[in-house]
Amino acid sequence: MALASEAPKESFRLSMLIYDTRYRSMTIQVVVLILVLLFVGWLADNTIQNLAAKDKDINFGFLWNRAGYDIEQQLIPYTNDSTHGRAAIIGLLNTLVVAFFGCVFATIIGVFVGVLRLSNNWLVSRLMTVYVEAFRNVPLLLWIILVFVVMSETRPQPRDFRVTDEMIASGTEPAAKMWFWDSVAVTNRGTDLPAPVLDRGLGSIDIGSVPVNLSVLLTLAVIVASVLANRALLRRARAIQEETGERPVTWWKSLAILFLPTIALLMALGFHLDYPVFKGFNFQGGISVMHSFTALVIALSLYTGAFIAEIVRAGIMAISRGQSEAAFALGLRPGRTMSLIILPQALRVIIPPLISQYLNLTKNTSLGIAVSYLDLRGTLGGITLNQTGRELECMLLMMLTYLIISLIISSLMNVFNSSVKLKER
Amino acid sequence: MKKSVFLGTLAATTMIAGVAAAGTLDDVKARGELICGSNTGLTGFGAPDANGNWVGFDVALCRAVAAAVLGDQNKVKFVPTTGETRFTALASGEVDILVRNSTWTYSRDNDLKLDFVAVNYYDGQGFMVKKDLGVSSAKELDGATVCIQTGTTTELNLADFFKFNNISYTPVTVQDDSEAQRQYLAGACDAYTTDASGLAAARATMADSENHVILPEIISKEPLGPVVRHGDNQWGDIVRWTFFSLLIAEEKGITKANIEEVAASTTDPEVRRMLGLEGNMGAMLGLDAGAFKNAISANGNYGEIFEANIGSATPIGLARGLNALWTQGGLQYAPPFR
Repeated sequence: MALASEAPKESFRLSMLIYDTRYRSMTIQVVVLILVLLFVGWLADNTIQNLAAKDKDINFGFLWNRAGYDIEQQLIPYTNDSTHGRAAIIGLLNTLVVAFFGCVFATIIGVFVGVLRLSNNWLVSRLMTVYVEAFRNVPLLLWIILVFVVMSETRPQPRDFRVTDEMIASGTEPAAKMWFWDSVAVTNRGTDLPAPVLDRGLGSIDIGSVPVNLSVLLTLAVIVASVLANRALLRRARAIQEETGERPVTWWKSLAILFLPTIALLMALGFHLDYPVFKGFNFQGGISVMHSFTALVIALSLYTGAFIAEIVRAGIMAISRGQSEAAFALGLRPGRTMSLIILPQALRVIIPPLISQYLNLTKNTSLGIAVSYLDLRGTLGGITLNQTGRELECMLLMMLTYLIISLIISSLMNVFNSSVKLKER
Repeated sequence: MKKSVFLGTLAATTMIAGVAAAGTLDDVKARGELICGSNTGLTGFGAPDANGNWVGFDVALCRAVAAAVLGDQNKVKFVPTTGETRFTALASGEVDILVRNSTWTYSRDNDLKLDFVAVNYYDGQGFMVKKDLGVSSAKELDGATVCIQTGTTTELNLADFFKFNNISYTPVTVQDDSEAQRQYLAGACDAYTTDASGLAAARATMADSENHVILPEIISKEPLGPVVRHGDNQWGDIVRWTFFSLLIAEEKGITKANIEEVAASTTDPEVRRMLGLEGNMGAMLGLDAGAFKNAISANGNYGEIFEANIGSATPIGLARGLNALWTQGGLQYAPPFR
C-alpha cells in the first residue's frame, strides 16, 4: 500500500520547450547560439565569396616571402632579406618593449601621483589634480604627437655637434654639445647613449634563429643568485633577532653580496662603455634610441599614469580611516603607515582595474604609427600589408596577436591578484 | 517557418553581395559622377587649389575620363588616398579609378589583382638633400638617415639601392608626403627620397627651394599610371583610350583652343574617327560618339596638361624628358585610333 501516490509522470511535449520554465531558458540559449553561429558563418561565407569574386583567396604564404624593407629599431637581427614573418616578429617585439616600459613607468607615476593627490599639502595635491585632469582629458594621440614634435623640433641636428679641426684651432664652440661628460647626445632624431660592451664576451648561441647572448644570461644568473643569497642573509638575521632580540648588522654584508659578484663578473668579461661619436651624418657607436620610441613611452606612461593615479587614490580611500589611525596609535610614521598598512590593503581594490589599464596601454601602442614607430601595426599591419596586398590576413593575424598578448597579461595579473587578495581562513 | 525566412534572406543577401562587381561604366553612369582616387595633396599632380578645386597632372586625367564618360569634366569626386590606403580603396570599389603616382609593378598587377592601363608619367626614384650637406651623389649617403613614405615601391628600391652599393642607412618611415617633408625640413632626416617628379613638386612648395638639391642618381624605373580593378576590361579600355586620345591629340596638334575649328575642318581620317565625326568608335566602348572630343576639350591634350601643371613654366619645372612624344624622342606613344 503506497502512502503517497506518485506524481503522474508527464511525457515530454514539444510545447514544453516554450511554456515550461524548466526548459525555456535552455531553449532561448540554444536558439540564440544557433543564430550567432549562423551570423558568423554568413560573415565568413560572404567574405570568401567576395574575395573569390575579386579573384583573391586567404593565404598566409606571404609570411615566408622576402620582406625587402628595412626597420630602424630591431631587437633581434633583421635585414631586408628576412621574411615578412620575421618582420612581424620584429614589430611584435617593438610593441612589447614599448608596452613593458610604458606599464612600468605608468605604474610608478600612478602610485606616486595617486598618493600625493591625497596629500595634506594643498599645493602638492592641487598640482597632482591638474596633472591627472590634463592628461586624462586630452586624447592620447595628441600627447604622443606633441611629445614627438617637441623633441624633434627643439633639439639640434646631429651635425650641429660636429667639431672640426678648424673649430679647435680657432677656438669656436660647436652649435650643440653632448651632455654628461660627452656621453649622451640628444639630437632631433634620437638619443644616443653609451653602450655597455664586453671585451671578452662569451659569445652567443642561436635558439630558433634568435641569438641569445650568453654573457647577458650569465650576468642575470649572477644577479638572481646574489638576490637569493641576500634574502637568506636577511632571513638568518631575522631568526637571530627573534632568538636573541638583537639584530646583527647586515647592511654592508647585503651591499657586498648584492654588488660584488656582479662587478667581479663584469670586470672579468672586460666591461666598458662604448661612447657615441659623431661621424658622417649621424652618431656612430653607443645605443641610439629613436625619438618615436621615447615619445611613445613618455606619452603612454603619462597618459595611463593619470588613470592609474585615480585607481590608486580610489584604492587608498577605500581603506577605512581606522586603519591609519590604528597605525599612528602604534607609533608608525606616515610613510611606513602608507607602505606597510594602507597600500597592501589597497592593492586588493587597485589590481582589477589596473589590469585593464595595462591592457589599454598595450593596445594603445598601436598609435605609434603616428610617429613612425614600426611596431606590429607598422610592420605587419602597415608595410607588409601594403606590399603584399593581403589586408584580411594581416588584420586577422594582428588582431589575434593583440588578443593573445592581452590574454597573457590579464592571466598573469590575475595570478598576482589572487596572491594578494584577502585570504579567508 | 521563421527560420526558413531567415535563411532565405541570408541566402539572398549573400548572393547580392557576391554579384556586386563588374560594370564600373554602368555604375558611374547611374551615379552621374566619377569617383577618382587621388593624392592627399602633391602639388602639380593632385592637390586642391586655393578655392578647393582639385588641380594637377593626375587630376586632369580623371577629369578627361569624366568628360568622356559623363560629358562633364566637373562630375568627378576626388577621394584623397595615402600610399597605404590607395589599393584597398580601389579594390573595395570605394573609387572607380586610381590616378595617384602609382608605380606599375609585376606584383601589383598580378598579386593585388589590379590593372595598370597606361603610363601617364615615366618617372624614377631620386634623392633630395640640403645643399649645405655637401653631398653630390647618392652613393655618398653612407650612414645617413633617410625619410621615406611607407607603402610605396620606393621603400623597397631604397633598401635594394643601399644594399647593392654596400652602404648603410637609417630609414624613417612616415605616413604621407607632408609629414615626410616636415621631418626633412626639420633636419630629422638627411635625405628625402621619392619619385623624382614628387621631389620636384615638394621642392617647389618649400620656402627656401634654392637650398635643396635633387641628386643626379635615378635609382629605379617608376612608370606611373592610372589603375583600375582587374576583370572589368571595358572600363580599363575606356581609361586607356581616353589617355591615348590625349596623346594622339598632341601628336596631331589638336589643342583645347582649336578643337572646334579642327573638328569643323579636318580631313584626317584618324582625327575624324577620334572626334566622333565618322565611324562608331565611342559606341564600341559604350560611350557617346563625341566622348574623346569631350575628353580633349576638358583640359587640352597631353602636352598642354603637362605644361600647365608640372612643365618648365610652373614652379615644379619638370622637363618633358622621357615623357615627350615618341616623335620627339620620348616614350609616350599611342596605338593608332582605328
